[in-house]
Amino acid sequence: MNAIIISALMGVLLMFASMATSNKQIIKNAAIVALLFLLCSNIADTYSWCTIKVNTRDMFVFTKFGLYFNSLAIAATLIYVLLSGNEIIKTGNYAAEYFTLIFFVLCGISILSSFNNLLMMFLGIEIMSIPLYILTGSAKKNLKSNEAALKYFLMGSFSTGILLMGIALVYGASGTFDIHQVAPIGANGLQHAPLLEVIGLLLIFSAMLFKVSAAPFHFWAPDVYDGSPSVFSSFMMTIVKAAGFIALINLFYIKADSLAQLWKILLFIVIIVTLVVGNITAIFQQSVKRMMAYSSIAQAGFMLFALYAINDVSKEGILLYAVAYTLATVGIFAILVKIEDYTLEGYNGLAKTQPMLAFVNAIFVFSLAGIPLTAGFFAKYYMLAAVIKTGGNAGIVLVIIGVIFAAVSVYYYFKILQAMYFKEGDAKVNNVSAGFKYGLFLLALTIIFIGIFPDTLINWFYF
Amino acid sequence: MISVLLILIPLVAGLISFFIKSNNAIKQWSLFASLAVLGVALWGFTCNNNCLNIDTAWLATIGSRFTTKLDGMALSLCLLSAIVYPLIFVSTYKNEYHHANNFYGLMLLALAGLMGVFVAADALLFYFFWELTLIPMYFLCSRWGGEKRIAVTFKFFVYTFLGSLLMLIGILYLYYKTPNHSFALTDFYALHLSVKEQGFIFWLFFIAFAIKMPIFPFHTWQPDTYEQSTTAVTMVLSAVLVKMGVFAIIRWMLPVFPLAVSSNATIVIVLSVIGMLYASLLAIKQDNIKKMIAYSSIVHIGLMCAAIFANNEIALKGVILQMFNHGINILGLWIVADAIEQKTGTIQFSQLGGLAQKQPVLAILFMIMALANVALPLTNAFIGEFLMFSGLFQYNMYASGIALLSIILAAVYTLNMMQKVFYGNTLQATENTTEISTNVQFALIVLAIGIIVLGVYPQPLIDLSKDTVMFILGK
Repeated sequence: MNAIIISALMGVLLMFASMATSNKQIIKNAAIVALLFLLCSNIADTYSWCTIKVNTRDMFVFTKFGLYFNSLAIAATLIYVLLSGNEIIKTGNYAAEYFTLIFFVLCGISILSSFNNLLMMFLGIEIMSIPLYILTGSAKKNLKSNEAALKYFLMGSFSTGILLMGIALVYGASGTFDIHQVAPIGANGLQHAPLLEVIGLLLIFSAMLFKVSAAPFHFWAPDVYDGSPSVFSSFMMTIVKAAGFIALINLFYIKADSLAQLWKILLFIVIIVTLVVGNITAIFQQSVKRMMAYSSIAQAGFMLFALYAINDVSKEGILLYAVAYTLATVGIFAILVKIEDYTLEGYNGLAKTQPMLAFVNAIFVFSLAGIPLTAGFFAKYYMLAAVIKTGGNAGIVLVIIGVIFAAVSVYYYFKILQAMYFKEGDAKVNNVSAGFKYGLFLLALTIIFIGIFPDTLINWFYF
Repeated sequence: MISVLLILIPLVAGLISFFIKSNNAIKQWSLFASLAVLGVALWGFTCNNNCLNIDTAWLATIGSRFTTKLDGMALSLCLLSAIVYPLIFVSTYKNEYHHANNFYGLMLLALAGLMGVFVAADALLFYFFWELTLIPMYFLCSRWGGEKRIAVTFKFFVYTFLGSLLMLIGILYLYYKTPNHSFALTDFYALHLSVKEQGFIFWLFFIAFAIKMPIFPFHTWQPDTYEQSTTAVTMVLSAVLVKMGVFAIIRWMLPVFPLAVSSNATIVIVLSVIGMLYASLLAIKQDNIKKMIAYSSIVHIGLMCAAIFANNEIALKGVILQMFNHGINILGLWIVADAIEQKTGTIQFSQLGGLAQKQPVLAILFMIMALANVALPLTNAFIGEFLMFSGLFQYNMYASGIALLSIILAAVYTLNMMQKVFYGNTLQATENTTEISTNVQFALIVLAIGIIVLGVYPQPLIDLSKDTVMFILGK
């Protein structure tokens, strides 16, 4: 409960902080301190050293899994703010607002990681989404940003409507919001459950797929990620998307043992379509930012493997995947926002002008592509392992299709490498401070460390 | 202990290389490091099992350990890599590269990866090193070399990466089959898989290794990559890197899927033999020394692959012996090719001629390499190829007979090159050439001595392969 309450409080506090001072640097530092405090309080909650106790009447169940994910999300946000804080405050006039909204998003995420009740899930999704609509449109004088915000808002509210409709149908059929009582996920439930309940769950499922930008509900993603200010698109693509997956896992894991064939078939199709759409479209992009948008759809396809497999390995795996993907993407975007030209040509010759940035960017790219010695490898490894563990011929077909598309993804990720290292040019990079470089270097080292000893990350989950 | 040193020395030396600025210092440093590796590899021959290998915890939650296994086959390949590297550095000592520190650093990192592949006895560890060799190679091939290098290397990378990922699926499948969920080689060996499972996983592994070797029809990346890369890199690729595939089949496939190996043997042998003839014919048509050597390498590797799947004692001994010998021979050919390119600026047959008048020493040394490439008796290649052909003959007379054609064709293209490049009248490009420098001479003489000594007395190498072969056939 700590994370939910404190993140909301911190958000409100920061909102009022803009009245006290107009110095953006102070606000940024205040946000960093607040994030640290939030992280500590969540860790304290995890080990029950100090917990704010609220009787939630079983609407929340705080599991180790959810709380650990909170810590990871908060830590990732902290890294993100440390690296890109200066770009955040440059986006518009009122810096405090952005940090406030980020805290509200975190509040939504903490709800999503621990809900035990469909109503709470709905609240979590909404608390997370509404600040995002605002963040997308935060570059007020930029037409693309406005367009993206409007699109995101319209599509998002539509999907919210579907989610709510689904919840209503489920409630109407079963008379409960409690996810443990909702029958049709399990195999036995499916036959006896009223049709309304099955349809309701299908609607909920579709709405969640929308949130994680899985095909065929992905159409908003490229435009929104491309249109919104780059600093915020990296936040939306990574931490927010990971939270969507955690919500899905929470919803489905309770019936993991008897997951009905229907869901497996649905997921099988969704995964393949997502991988195809994300990867194939990404190949043809000239702008790195737009390419990352499509690649984030492709990565979502890989993360859905965890949902398909839905076992203990996939629980560990989704955490590792979320971390690996988030760290690498945040790193790539931290560099991207400093580069003048977002096209691939803009990266030409970066190795000559900024060898350090090129090197860390190469590590991030390797991690996204899933090359060993980086965290991304173990992320992919866990996804494949989870599916293979569940067995079945369909699973094997799925992983083979998965690795073929992983090889396709190398094709576009390595275009960045080629531009940086093998092509002539002088990439222009703005405002690179020494601290920024060291920060990125530390981030790259973290990725390599997790890539060699993924145990460290996973052990925390158990102890 | 030895196995860790073999990985660690080039790894650390390679990382240090990136920080050395002077071109001369970096050359000396990398030569020194590779000689140190050679020393350790030789030391390995005096050691018993305890000082060779290591077994320590790595990823406890997954069940992967840092385990190594240096048997005769692994030892001979480690020795090959350790011999090849100093010779590459010596023979290309006078070549200049831009960003030389990065070049030599990456070369040494690739060596670390290679050593890791040869010693690993844990599937995940093996996979790690398998990929780690690829990354430095990707940079080496893309950054230094001919005009089309970026596209060509990219094809190479995507090809091999896809193969590796398929292998990863296979590894994971086996992992969940082991009773205690482990990646250990010994646990894989103890598995009893059904015929259906073996038949399916076999291909996941085989495609990965076939791309690396390469076996027809997965070979298309190879000639272009060899031609476009800097010769020093090509030497590593052809002398050692392709052995990864051959080695991996013997280590990771033969004992794990015995049923699938014998049931798929016909298909693989047919593919290999087709590839051998096809590549031989293409080699004859080439007008480019590098491409000719590349195709001739496909021929030799194809024979090794066919012999492995004959799966009898003679053939396997021949393969393990020939892996070492082929590395030596092809390195010699590449050194000659590089020497010619450095001196005349071209590698087209049509522009070369009469080099024997200008470079008599090179001509004599190349003759020895050429004869070894044709597998003439008294050269090292003869023993290996003889063993492989007779093993293949035991398996299937016709396959062996057709494959033997490749020896005749090898004589055609190798001697054709000899004739066009070294004899006849000098042409414009070769008129003013001078004798090759002493460092190249030294490297070639060492190789020539090796070729003849191992051709006359191959017994030590054959003995080295004994434990591996006996173990596999004992399964």
